[in-house]
Amino acid sequence: MDPLIQLLAINSNRSTAELAGILSLTEDEVRRRIAAAEADGTILGYNAVVDRQKAGHRGVTALVEVKITPEKEGGFDRLARRIAKFDQVRECFLMSGGYDLAILVEGKDLLDVANFIAEKLSTLGGVLSTATHFQLKAYKQAGFLVNANADEERLPISP
Amino acid sequence: MRNVFPSVHDSILSSIYQSLPNLMDYSNKLCTQIQDLPRSGIRDFFELVIGRSDVISLGVGEPDKSTPWPIREAVIRSLEKGQTSYTSNLGLEPLRVLISEYVEKQFRVTYDPKTEILVTVGVSEALDLAFRAVLNPGDEVIYHEPCYVSYSPSIKMAYGVPVVVNTREENQFALMAEDVEKAITPKTKVIALNFPTNPTGGIMPAEELEKIAALAVKHDLFVFTDEIYCELLYDGRQHKSIVEFPGMRERTVLLHGFSKAFAMTGWRLGYACAPAPLREAMMKVHQYCMLCAPIMSQIAGIEALKMGASAYEEMRQSYEMRRNIIVSRLNGMGLHCFNPGGAFYVFPEIRSTGLTSKEFAIGLLEKKSVAVVPGTAFGAAGEGFVRCCYATAPELIVKAMDLMEEFVNEVRG
Repeated sequence: MDPLIQLLAINSNRSTAELAGILSLTEDEVRRRIAAAEADGTILGYNAVVDRQKAGHRGVTALVEVKITPEKEGGFDRLARRIAKFDQVRECFLMSGGYDLAILVEGKDLLDVANFIAEKLSTLGGVLSTATHFQLKAYKQAGFLVNANADEERLPISP
Repeated sequence: MRNVFPSVHDSILSSIYQSLPNLMDYSNKLCTQIQDLPRSGIRDFFELVIGRSDVISLGVGEPDKSTPWPIREAVIRSLEKGQTSYTSNLGLEPLRVLISEYVEKQFRVTYDPKTEILVTVGVSEALDLAFRAVLNPGDEVIYHEPCYVSYSPSIKMAYGVPVVVNTREENQFALMAEDVEKAITPKTKVIALNFPTNPTGGIMPAEELEKIAALAVKHDLFVFTDEIYCELLYDGRQHKSIVEFPGMRERTVLLHGFSKAFAMTGWRLGYACAPAPLREAMMKVHQYCMLCAPIMSQIAGIEALKMGASAYEEMRQSYEMRRNIIVSRLNGMGLHCFNPGGAFYVFPEIRSTGLTSKEFAIGLLEKKSVAVVPGTAFGAAGEGFVRCCYATAPELIVKAMDLMEEFVNEVRG
């Protein structure tokens, strides 16, 4: 992977100057390459990884296993893309194993998610069945430990 | 039955005892050799910093991450199983086998796990054992400064005579063979090396290492090579140790440990690889003064070596990026700083500020709450330099550099 993209994938909150310093590039070069990666879709977007409980978010999230019928032309793609377009769907992956799509659905409460699955998702032509698992508690998100105990302090000066 | 609660009478007596003046004159009682050892300059500086919570510290000598989780997890499991006993004096055999394999891969030299490897409590113990195993009173040891704080005291504690050879900034703090040659006398017994070096980050060019190896063979000297930073090399460099040169294996004690690459400083785990008679002599000292390295640390070491490079490669890459940040910032503020090839320290020259190393470090701490270590803590040759450790979060490095730049500008007026 391009080292610049690799750095941004770990932490997109670095300044252009900092990235330029790390990679021994000029700031203009860093800006140009980021703009190019955004334009060609290598960089899809930027999110902060938020501990939602701490941030006061009261919504619910569910992992939904979806079985669908592949189409003669395009296989799973067309239907998967249709499902992914719903705002309630945060993530959508084609999976190997016992079901076809794993989707992460967010709603303001249980009923909201249930309505989405019953009324929008299950009723789509080609959707055979769904199994919904509600998230209860987060321990790790996007590579970050939630509520991690800070590492033991190091001595401020050591040989 | 004995009364476990002290009576009123006892407590009155005890307070009387405590109020009596201490009449013992320790200056006549303590070993003169130990009394003559200087206090570590690091410790003096540590006392200025300790207790202050507002300080950004670039003064540490260890990674900023905890030991990788699989290593910690393996030790938790071993404790659950009750593995809390002594081990063989030499160290657990599976650990020695893994050390032998790792050393062969890293240094292209083979050691027999049964007769040529000793597991120790950090490289510090291994170094002490090596000095005590070979030095007779008055034997000279050539070592290079600026260096880690314990070389000279360890030599003295083994009744040897430390002979310092300075490394210089103009040579990127590599040790020059011609300087070593000038220091060799009929009493020289050992050359002690540590590259990459704490505090300079200096590394050894292979051709200079080869010349020093030839000197060791010519004068029939031992070489103790402390390889503790050998995994942390940058710009695609491959490490070369002096033990790899012809005629060196039989006269070398290779010292290595887990502290830096595997972020295991607090486990205190190291090892020595040496020809059997040397290993045996070191083992005698070790068995009487240490018995064995703690079993939990040895179990951690087994897991670390099973992980191999996967345990540190990501950290190594992140150190390299941080090195790039700090070197460009230091040079940008007019503090000349060479680009070190290894370890996680930079050693910028601060002479242009008109301050001594100590004045610079104390001023920076007092005015800007940034801690660096005066170069003189690592020997007189460190005057005019300070050590900054970049095994610290990049955002803190940037903040520390902003503050240091303010300080430098204020000093220069």
